[in-house]
Amino acid sequence: MNEPKKISLFHIAWKNLSRKKTRSLLTVVGIALATWVLISLFGFNSGYKNSLDRDIDNLGFQMLVVAKGCPYEAATLMLKGGTGLKYMNEEVVKLIVREPEVESVTPMLMQVVFDPNKGQSGGLTAFLGIDPATFPSLKPGLSFKQGGWFTDPEALEVVMGYEAAELEQREVGDMYFIPEKEIELKVVGVLSRSGTQDDGTIFIPLKTLQKLFDQPDQLTSVGVKVNKEADLARFEEKMFQLPDVQVVSLTQVKTTIMTLLSTARVLVFSIALIAILISIMGVINTVLMSVMERQKEIGILKAMGALAADVFKLVWVETSLLCLLGGLTGAGLAVLTSRLTEYLIRQLLPFSPSGGLISIDAGLILVSIAAVVLLGLVSGIYPAFRAARMRPLEAIRSEEE
Amino acid sequence: MPENRVIIETEKITKIYHRGAEQVKAIDELSIAVREGDFLAIVGPSGSGKTTLLNLLGCLDNPGGGRLAVDGRKIHENGHGLSESQLTRIRRQLFGYIFQKFYLIPTLTVLENVLVPFTFFKKPRAEEDVISLLKKLGLENRTGHLPGELSGGEMQRVAIARALVNRPKVLLADEPTGNLDSERSREIGRVLRRLNEEEGLTILLVTHNLELAGLAKATITLRDGRIV
Repeated sequence: MNEPKKISLFHIAWKNLSRKKTRSLLTVVGIALATWVLISLFGFNSGYKNSLDRDIDNLGFQMLVVAKGCPYEAATLMLKGGTGLKYMNEEVVKLIVREPEVESVTPMLMQVVFDPNKGQSGGLTAFLGIDPATFPSLKPGLSFKQGGWFTDPEALEVVMGYEAAELEQREVGDMYFIPEKEIELKVVGVLSRSGTQDDGTIFIPLKTLQKLFDQPDQLTSVGVKVNKEADLARFEEKMFQLPDVQVVSLTQVKTTIMTLLSTARVLVFSIALIAILISIMGVINTVLMSVMERQKEIGILKAMGALAADVFKLVWVETSLLCLLGGLTGAGLAVLTSRLTEYLIRQLLPFSPSGGLISIDAGLILVSIAAVVLLGLVSGIYPAFRAARMRPLEAIRSEEE
Repeated sequence: MPENRVIIETEKITKIYHRGAEQVKAIDELSIAVREGDFLAIVGPSGSGKTTLLNLLGCLDNPGGGRLAVDGRKIHENGHGLSESQLTRIRRQLFGYIFQKFYLIPTLTVLENVLVPFTFFKKPRAEEDVISLLKKLGLENRTGHLPGELSGGEMQRVAIARALVNRPKVLLADEPTGNLDSERSREIGRVLRRLNEEEGLTILLVTHNLELAGLAKATITLRDGRIV
């Protein structure tokens, strides 16, 4: 015979929940889904911001001068390139460099072509025309996996970012064909992985790109590195005086993109909140039904000496177990599916920085599980109170009434 | 031979239920004294107040009037009774209950069901008697079984073990054989009789089963809330 020992409240609560396995399981699934949304959302919030910060830090310049237009497009252009390009004359570079705050500038031209061989139904390929004399010095973090920068400012050569080279399966010495322009350029360098948007970029000398795309003297942006002691606000003010250009600062870019995201975030937060509320209703329903079904048993427990506080604790533990299980499952789900979630988010967002979009750490998991259990405890108050205040005799008689 | 100590005493207790405008006197100025070691059967027709009396004597309910004292403690007097929490504390010290239905937790084993009361309250060293209690009730080979795997008689014996695990002074049994066939009823009757004779356990038994009532040392018959 087993040695008798005291059985814990947790054991009784667990066994109580296992009576109606399907109902308990569905409740746990509801909580798990809510937790999953919650953790993924907060993970996205911090992951996106971190990646954006990293991308901006890796840009090598603090400001971008672009042709006047939509600031959102400008922000996207700064980070990723884009269509609907607006142009400004190279003369603007001379106007910028004369400002004392400027340490160095690098002119850039973005061009986009449709590549019918890209993907299943074709896709856009972007080229960034850069000035070999200034761009590399502003990007000291870039290193080469193979080869190096261009041999001549007007050479018919390309330098490919790590992922671009992987995608096109090109190595140094290979030729790269530009769709629409029917011209081949020689690959002279492949960059090492940087974890930034540079990985997917195809670099071409600025002059070459201007000629190939018939955009003489035209630029889409000018990267500006200012002195450390420069008054950025004053400098921005001066740049705004220049005709037909606007200045996008890093702070602005961050703010602009986060503003773009905030509407979507509010929507998703609302959905998460609704999911949590629904799961809480589910918990209340499950535990309340369980309490009502066990009225007689609760009556017997009270007849045997269980105080109202004991019954309250028992029901509360049942609620906590449901929420804890749901929370743990949801956290596991969030970690396991973070890659898939990230992939889906990337498909939906107009712009997403390189690097991980979802950052889930132990702190986030613990806080989320704690929050779910806390909400569960709150939702368990009513059923627990109902059970605790039952008078034993009324509870025992309940089914006969 | 000196008489045993009085453990439950009532003096003109009443219990009135209200059914709409109608008042039903379930217990009508009933006086009784139960001594330690008694085995008292309470019989009577349906609606005579047997279960109501048992609930009052077992502190599951408060009388409406009269005086009730249990183990020397005043439970109710002149319309003033103890709170539910105070009654609970008295119940767990003094009483064990068994009912017509067994109310075992279906997902707990026999042993776990018997140990449930310890989760809420445990008299000092009460766990030392659990194995001998289970043996006494013929459950030593069923400890790992779930209630669904037991016969009705075995389930009631588990309920008895659960009621006795905290060594109560009084066992209250409300129609304990109401769900059992005659053979199982006799089995439970023998168990109760043995507990009274060998352990000196005070037992109050409400039953319609006259054969079971015959096993008690004394019988009182109720009609309309009074002893007849």
